[in-house]
Amino acid sequence: MSFLSYLINGLSLGSIYAIIALGYTMVYGIAKMLNFAHGDVIMIGCYVVFTMTNSFHLDPLASLGIAIVFCTVLGVCIEKIAYRPLRGANALAVLITAIGVSYFLQNLALIVFGSDTKSFTSIIEAEPLVLAGGKLKIPVITIVTVLSCVVIMAALMLFINKSKAGQAMLAVSEDRDAAQLMGVNVNNTISLTFAIGSGLAAIAGVLLCSAYPTLSPYTGAMPGIKAFTAAVFGGIGSIPGAFIGGILLGVIEIMGRAYISSQLSDAIVFAVLIIVLLVKPTGILGRPIQEKV
Amino acid sequence: MAMLEVKDLQVYYGMIQAIKGISFEVNQGEVIALIGANGAGKTTTLQTITGMLSPKAGQVIFEGTDISKIPGHKIVSMGMAHVPEGRRVFANLSVLQNLRMGAYSLKDKGEIEHNLQRVYKSFPRLEERKNQPAGTLSGGEQQMLATGRALMSSPRIVLMDEPSMGLSPIFVDEIFSIIEEISSQGTTVLLVEQNAKKALEIADRAYVLETGKIALSGDAKELMTNESIRKAYLGE
Repeated sequence: MSFLSYLINGLSLGSIYAIIALGYTMVYGIAKMLNFAHGDVIMIGCYVVFTMTNSFHLDPLASLGIAIVFCTVLGVCIEKIAYRPLRGANALAVLITAIGVSYFLQNLALIVFGSDTKSFTSIIEAEPLVLAGGKLKIPVITIVTVLSCVVIMAALMLFINKSKAGQAMLAVSEDRDAAQLMGVNVNNTISLTFAIGSGLAAIAGVLLCSAYPTLSPYTGAMPGIKAFTAAVFGGIGSIPGAFIGGILLGVIEIMGRAYISSQLSDAIVFAVLIIVLLVKPTGILGRPIQEKV
Repeated sequence: MAMLEVKDLQVYYGMIQAIKGISFEVNQGEVIALIGANGAGKTTTLQTITGMLSPKAGQVIFEGTDISKIPGHKIVSMGMAHVPEGRRVFANLSVLQNLRMGAYSLKDKGEIEHNLQRVYKSFPRLEERKNQPAGTLSGGEQQMLATGRALMSSPRIVLMDEPSMGLSPIFVDEIFSIIEEISSQGTTVLLVEQNAKKALEIADRAYVLETGKIALSGDAKELMTNESIRKAYLGE
């Protein structure tokens, strides 16, 4: 029974990684950059919810709504101010800027909210689901997390494949200049990508802090790095890849912690990444690098 | 009044001037060839016209409007389509998705459907392969797709950049007959080609570009008999 409960925990953590990884992978696929500040957007989203529920006594769901809007706007602003002027600059300059934005957000949170760890109240207060005669207890937040991930994935796939804006995203990810020749506004498409990724980061953040209820300016950093790992693991640029990578990573982390060593669980996660990249450098669902003819 | 008028265009790549003040015009219904050696500035000229590059000086006047400062993504909805050098099809999208992307600037569903049927009629092979990823097509088929994709936007003028590049002789003939067909349906064509002989055969008029300047221009048939053209570009 404990195996099953670890598996469920792993799926739940993996769902959170998957939602964060979607933001990484979409931005990489479309803007061709690694947005290392993505993890810190999660943390900002959590602080917004924390402030709304604790200082303004708003309903948790309304607070989540505000956090999504806030992070969406934040993501679009980060792209406009920090990354857009570097369009066409070399990848290293953009990467360093992203790390700079990450430190900026962490230190901003440090100034505004202080360095002390806040205890985050789960947005869902409910009795856990008891199965198998009391042997298996599943917290409701776990079920909500997994379901949210599945719904978000399905909605995103539908959006990309069926909507005009989604097709524009695919076209920009393949060939920015050719997409522009078709009439696609590349800047708007990249903004939309950041908006979606950052909005999802707010959701992921709240789910994360509901399951692991501590909040500090560094809350987003480690999950951000792990979700990035998940995105690379699944094949960066691929949306189903982010999903599979996230879920696998979550399960591996929890299983590693339970059966091997709780101190080494992070090391195990990154060891798996290294092995996958050695065997298949493009990740599980990554596309082979195409040669120009 | 000319449909497309390029006036004293100057384009730089950093410090290097690629286009040194060229002027030419394209009239409604014409096929105009822009020929010249590698590096003469042919592709740069087309890219500047459709806003992929911005000129340092000069004007691009399309149907009376100066489009040289209009953002690139707005050009196609004005009625100008560009088949880029190297085809640039969306390799991982299906043939049908590529064609639908071509109609991105259109809103009328009926018009999109009508254009799609027209493209399928001109290129039956694209319909046979409509669900195949574009990257799996042969070079010639990709050129057909890139051309069909441009026609999906109901353009009044099509800019074609090196459509015969890297194709087998059979496909080269096919591509040129397609250009003639596009022209016969009333669409104006501005054609950039290294295959000067083929281009001059189907063009009404031509401009010869040499290191960023127009060296010669005139009636295509007359240029074919010009001694220096025959030596430099027709290999005789």
